[in-house]
Amino acid sequence: MSKKLTRRKFLMGSGAVVGGGLVLGYVALPNQLNDLAKANKGSGAVLSGWIRITPDNKVTVMVPHSEMGQGVHTALPMMAADELDADWDLVSMEQAPALSEYANEPLGEGFIVGGKSVPDILAPLINKAFYQIAQAMNLQITGGSTSVRFTGHYGMRVAGAAAREMLLRAAAQEWEVSLNSLSASKGVVTHLPSGRSLTYGELAEAASTFDPNPTPVLKAKAEHTIVGTKRKRFDIPSKVDGSAKYGIDAEVDGMLYAAIARVPVHGGTVTSIDEVAAAAMPGVKKICNLGYGVAVVADKYWRAKKALEAVNFEFDGGEASTLNSSAISAKFERDLDTMEPEFDIEKGDVNFEGVSGSNIHDAQYEVPYQAHACMEPLNCTAWVRDGMCDVWTGSQAPLMARATAANAAEVDEENVTVHGFMLGGGFGRRIHAENDYVAPAVEISKMVGAPVKTVWSREEDMRFDEYRPAVISRFRGVLDEGNKPSMWYNRYSDKREPVEAPLVPYSIPGQSIGYVVSQSHLKLGPWRSVDHSQHAFFTESFIDELAYKAGIDPLEYRLSLLGDAPRHAAVLRAAAVKAGWYSGKRGGRAMGAAVHESFGSICAHIAEVSVDESGQLRVHRVFSAVDCGEAINPDNIESQIESAIIYGMTAALYGEITVENGAVVQGNFPDYEMVRMDEVPEIDVQIIESGAPLGGMGEPGLPPIAPAITNAIFAATNIRVRKLPLMNVDLKAGV
Amino acid sequence: MKFTLNVNDQIHDVDVEPDTPLLWVLRDELGFKGVKFGCGVAACGACTVHLDGTATRTCVLPIDAIDGEAITTIEGLADADVLSGVQQAWIDHQVPQCGYCQSGMIMAVSALLDEIPNPTDDDIDASITNICRCGSYPRVRKAIHAIAASKGDA
Ligand code: FES
Ligand code: FES
Repeated sequence: MSKKLTRRKFLMGSGAVVGGGLVLGYVALPNQLNDLAKANKGSGAVLSGWIRITPDNKVTVMVPHSEMGQGVHTALPMMAADELDADWDLVSMEQAPALSEYANEPLGEGFIVGGKSVPDILAPLINKAFYQIAQAMNLQITGGSTSVRFTGHYGMRVAGAAAREMLLRAAAQEWEVSLNSLSASKGVVTHLPSGRSLTYGELAEAASTFDPNPTPVLKAKAEHTIVGTKRKRFDIPSKVDGSAKYGIDAEVDGMLYAAIARVPVHGGTVTSIDEVAAAAMPGVKKICNLGYGVAVVADKYWRAKKALEAVNFEFDGGEASTLNSSAISAKFERDLDTMEPEFDIEKGDVNFEGVSGSNIHDAQYEVPYQAHACMEPLNCTAWVRDGMCDVWTGSQAPLMARATAANAAEVDEENVTVHGFMLGGGFGRRIHAENDYVAPAVEISKMVGAPVKTVWSREEDMRFDEYRPAVISRFRGVLDEGNKPSMWYNRYSDKREPVEAPLVPYSIPGQSIGYVVSQSHLKLGPWRSVDHSQHAFFTESFIDELAYKAGIDPLEYRLSLLGDAPRHAAVLRAAAVKAGWYSGKRGGRAMGAAVHESFGSICAHIAEVSVDESGQLRVHRVFSAVDCGEAINPDNIESQIESAIIYGMTAALYGEITVENGAVVQGNFPDYEMVRMDEVPEIDVQIIESGAPLGGMGEPGLPPIAPAITNAIFAATNIRVRKLPLMNVDLKAGV
Repeated sequence: MKFTLNVNDQIHDVDVEPDTPLLWVLRDELGFKGVKFGCGVAACGACTVHLDGTATRTCVLPIDAIDGEAITTIEGLADADVLSGVQQAWIDHQVPQCGYCQSGMIMAVSALLDEIPNPTDDDIDASITNICRCGSYPRVRKAIHAIAASKGDA
């Protein structure tokens, strides 16, 4: 990465004529020009085109991120169109193909140095966080709630504003008038004194002869006409009539189907296959030994699946074959006891010597492995032939998919084409570096010499996920004479990202937060909000415990400690006011609060629950407030918060992947239950626009929901839930 | 074995093993890709279609269990280019997120509203048991009530 940064220089912008219109490319790297010329054969355009204006005044915005329901296919065009002053009714979007021309590395660089090429001398100054952003952009990743924050803010807005300037200059030239006698609105440039006007479509070709300004003036918030208004998502009409195409719907002439079964013990290998019965079944073309599993290829998926059931194979699971969940937990505990920690933060005095035991409070929390359980089971269609490879799949990281496919097919990356689709859920599952659903599909196609669609059963999808890690987190807190926490000691058993996930916003003078890395044989991956989802449960439960120990209302207690975190305080207060916060029980119900920052947004939830005599929990209402700096599409923000609450509730109530003899136990929805219609609380969402830099929206609603619920359970029952999921906790005793 | 199916008012002949679930016949033999595979064990509802108007999960329904019923898939819900009331409400209320569950969700809701034009929340909870991993449930509920209300006005 650093080498590339110092070696490459990049040009800002290039306007170009394609089919008589303007295509505004935001950035193009010199060493990408050849690729681009190839990609745009015949048109002569060399660009990384994000905005296209055709003579009929239609504006098309190319979006380099995947749509998985988070609304990015609409939010990014809104940002571009607003700066452009386009007519929203004439704006549409296209998904950018998986080509590095659409990758966002230059954008990352632009972000780093304010839109200038990176002088070699500066490279060492660019810190790791920026590298991570640049890298994410480079990989055309949809994740980390980055799309709107980075591609949108630093890419789409600049591209829109630059295009607007070019159109104005074209009009000024055409009418031989001054720029400041012109105004632009809804896709039309008007010469104010004379009233003459031309559409963007009419000006586009002339506009493309100007160089785009790499640092155009962006609008102030009050000038926005599209951003901040509720706009209907572009992707929804195709999702109500069955026409939306997901990876599983890919069609290729002559395509065969594969069903796949892996060795149940993760990491194990196939030792022998009895395929006689399966090979004789109708339509079966091939039985593939993949080493880590077996695939049956047939002319129809159902035939492949049935034949796979007839295959018997032996395997060697290795040492992991004897592992079960309790042994894994015990290992985490042991490692926490014995391994030297790394530190997230060490500040002030954290030393328990001489502290009176009555001022000390200890707690240990634990969360289990979680599956992503995307509604669309993993699948990938691949065709390897003549040194080429085509891949049809839904991916959060199509360039990674391309690299994986190239590797598995043993062809050069430029000979791999990734055909993008809608994602039937992502949540981090379709982002992972290993792309474990792409490689097998490619290997199978290679073995068979035909296009093959590999579809995982739900059981495969659940048993061979890349799970959210199971984590144990230990706390010790000390209260001072004023009952405020003076020391916050925390050790936990696994660390991934983002690094700041375990940090707390509270003013606590002594803090020691550290971790060991203790894992099992299960593969791990990013899961909606990544480490935040575990840590918010830990930290927001523990601060609640300290409030009760101090004998202070838990909302008041938090607010009294948020002096250095005014945005947190404002969000928490807003949710509490809307909820009509009360402590203790009221009419059989009780409330719990939690607030957490992730991906630049701060979200608070107040949950109201009841627990009946049988111990049955009901989450009645959730009041949310979120500060994401600025709201791009408010309706979509509400739906993302609703979504995150429900996804997080499923994890808190039911989500648990367990291991027996090295294999994952849960295989389908009956044993990995989901929150359904009848359990969904009323949800009230307030959006707070603090004007802080844009925060993400796909994830920040998730982390605070589990602790809001368990804190409310404590208020209702005096039972402190320290181990999730709730379905394993007997709440009867507390009623 | 040969079977004749009536899907969206059109007759189709297929030749498949008799235990083939209707889901895979609709998707892979006849190209009705709007019908989705989610679990294969009748637990999620992604594969829901109507059999003579009744919402039915097709992933565990072998084709030889079909006895001349009229099959309606999501592709057959609109009347030519005019979306059904449920489909339109789904756009008005911006219900779908990833959208993968929504064919099944819309089919289940359409059948419910045919049976109970003005369902209570309890009716909805009892009959809409589809899984939506994206959590579109609050909007599903809102859209159902809005449809019922607009019918009441008419
Ligand atoms: S796929 Fe049929 S109910 Fe899930
Ligand atoms: S909209 Fe994604 S599963 Fe329902």
